[in-house]
Amino acid sequence: VFLQLLANGLVTGSVLAIAAVGVSVVYGILRLVNFAYGDLMAFGALVAYAFDVPLGLGMLPATLLAMVATAVLCVALDVVLWRPLRARRAGFMSLFLASIGLALVLRQALLLAAGPQPREYEVDPYKVYVLGSVRLSEAQFVAIIVAAGAIAAIGVFLSRTTLGRTMRAMADDRVLAAVAGVDVGRVIVATWVLAGLLAGLAGVLAGLVQTTFDPNFGFQLLLPIFAAVVLGGIGSAYGALAGGLALGIAMELSTWPVLFGGVDPVYKPVVAFAVLAAALLVRPQGLFGRARVV
Amino acid sequence: MSALTSGGFWAFVGVVAGIYTIFALGLQLQFGFAGLLNFGHVAFMAIGAYTLAILIVKEGLSTWLAAPIAVAAAGVAGGLVLGLPSLRLRADYFAIVTIAFSEIVRYVATNEYSLTGGSQGTIALGRVGTASQYNAGWTRFQSWVQARLHLSSKDAAMLVIVWITALVLLTLVWLAVRTPWGRVLRAIREDEDAAASLGKNVGAYKLQVLALGSALAGIAGCFYAWQFSFFSPDDFEPLLTFFAWMIIILGGVGRVFAVPVGALVFGGIFAGTRFFDFAPFSYLDSADRAYVRLIVIGLVLIGLVLWRPQGLLGKRAEMVLE
Repeated sequence: VFLQLLANGLVTGSVLAIAAVGVSVVYGILRLVNFAYGDLMAFGALVAYAFDVPLGLGMLPATLLAMVATAVLCVALDVVLWRPLRARRAGFMSLFLASIGLALVLRQALLLAAGPQPREYEVDPYKVYVLGSVRLSEAQFVAIIVAAGAIAAIGVFLSRTTLGRTMRAMADDRVLAAVAGVDVGRVIVATWVLAGLLAGLAGVLAGLVQTTFDPNFGFQLLLPIFAAVVLGGIGSAYGALAGGLALGIAMELSTWPVLFGGVDPVYKPVVAFAVLAAALLVRPQGLFGRARVV
Repeated sequence: MSALTSGGFWAFVGVVAGIYTIFALGLQLQFGFAGLLNFGHVAFMAIGAYTLAILIVKEGLSTWLAAPIAVAAAGVAGGLVLGLPSLRLRADYFAIVTIAFSEIVRYVATNEYSLTGGSQGTIALGRVGTASQYNAGWTRFQSWVQARLHLSSKDAAMLVIVWITALVLLTLVWLAVRTPWGRVLRAIREDEDAAASLGKNVGAYKLQVLALGSALAGIAGCFYAWQFSFFSPDDFEPLLTFFAWMIIILGGVGRVFAVPVGALVFGGIFAGTRFFDFAPFSYLDSADRAYVRLIVIGLVLIGLVLWRPQGLLGKRAEMVLE
């Protein structure tokens, strides 16, 4: 049972990790805690559904199209909303509130356009992969492979490519990066493209793993994602990866009967926050965040 | 359209605006004066409402004993459970932890069936098979007020009670922020380190403000329970916290009497969008129109942040959202 829970935790954790990196790079570059991120994920999941089921394109092209569509939406939102706010030098508070407004608009627009009914992708629910004592459904299996690939790709992108390094430099110290000749506008567009691709991918994977989903599901995923971002230290991309994986595993293992009889599965999101609260008491700046220097 | 002209409907809108005023006043104290980014305010409304209902149904207390305990419970929860661990955190972390706290409260209320009645709400508080009521004592008081003031309906009596309470609380907060205590709060809002370097115990002030603001949310929770005579965990979604934020930003951050203005304008927008029954909205069914209402609310919030961050009555010089 332990290994099975660990495998489930890896599945949950890798979806959380992908989404958390998206939230984290946006925060790092733009100082924006994007409350609308869960709804961007739901947007991606629904676009993929539209291509997968009614149009019958199959899961892979549908996922890629959904990622592109979410990235386009993110860039468009930057032009109509975030850029004007930056021009007004809006602070943390204004940006957060605007993203709450945006989350409301996006979610209700999705409900209006797609309807509240739950839906599922066309995958075979009875196909099971057995690895030793661990059983994974096809959706879980695909999710874990894709997520591992995506996490590796993100790691390479951030550490090896010029654009990735530039983004991390800007997250570290924006003024210094601008002085060093970084084209800030270009990096911001790249950030939104990356965040959108990740939101689309995370949305599709979350929808696959949960088997059924509706336009509200992004918001329910948002709080564990925030917990992962904070656990890793806001703005640190590697921290978000680690935080997502750690929380996913903690959430699933908490139901293990050997540990205090196991927690009722409905409290999994609460476990995420208990872990977060405990970690923040020890390190208020998050696991990978830098301590505030006064 | 008949509801537009009916007094009963507008009395209802007025009562809800009064409850929102008390609720948002707590947030105004915390954010407008002390600069604390509380995004879990709804949790304390839930704690107030649930404590009231549980004490009346399960412990058999009278409304008049249960209500003060409920308010105190909300205040203590705000000060200790939320305040102590999170004051060490930076503002952005604090904001996220507070949302998390409010969702945990809602999770517990949904899943601890034996304590709260679970997702069925307060109707399932008592023994299985009985529909629990906690409102008898309050309804008697409401009828008594109605008879004493010769009012035409119970709604009118509720309107009077809620707004008198709201005005008393507004006045108390208005007086409090004019004392040296209130000036220290504003100093903390402007520059925490400077206030600390003057020997002010910043942490203690923040805890007091968290506790007082949460107690105000607890009072709003009691009125919410009394007004609707039934509630369930779904009534305390994070959306309600955002409504309170919208109210203080609409009215003006850092101004006590901007809160009722914001609440009335917000209540007007929220109730007014109910009458979207002209084209093109008339093509939509009622569920779709509910979505459109929230889209309008979201757009108003974005528009405020973009074009009028100081609100209707705010002083731009003193408080621009940063």
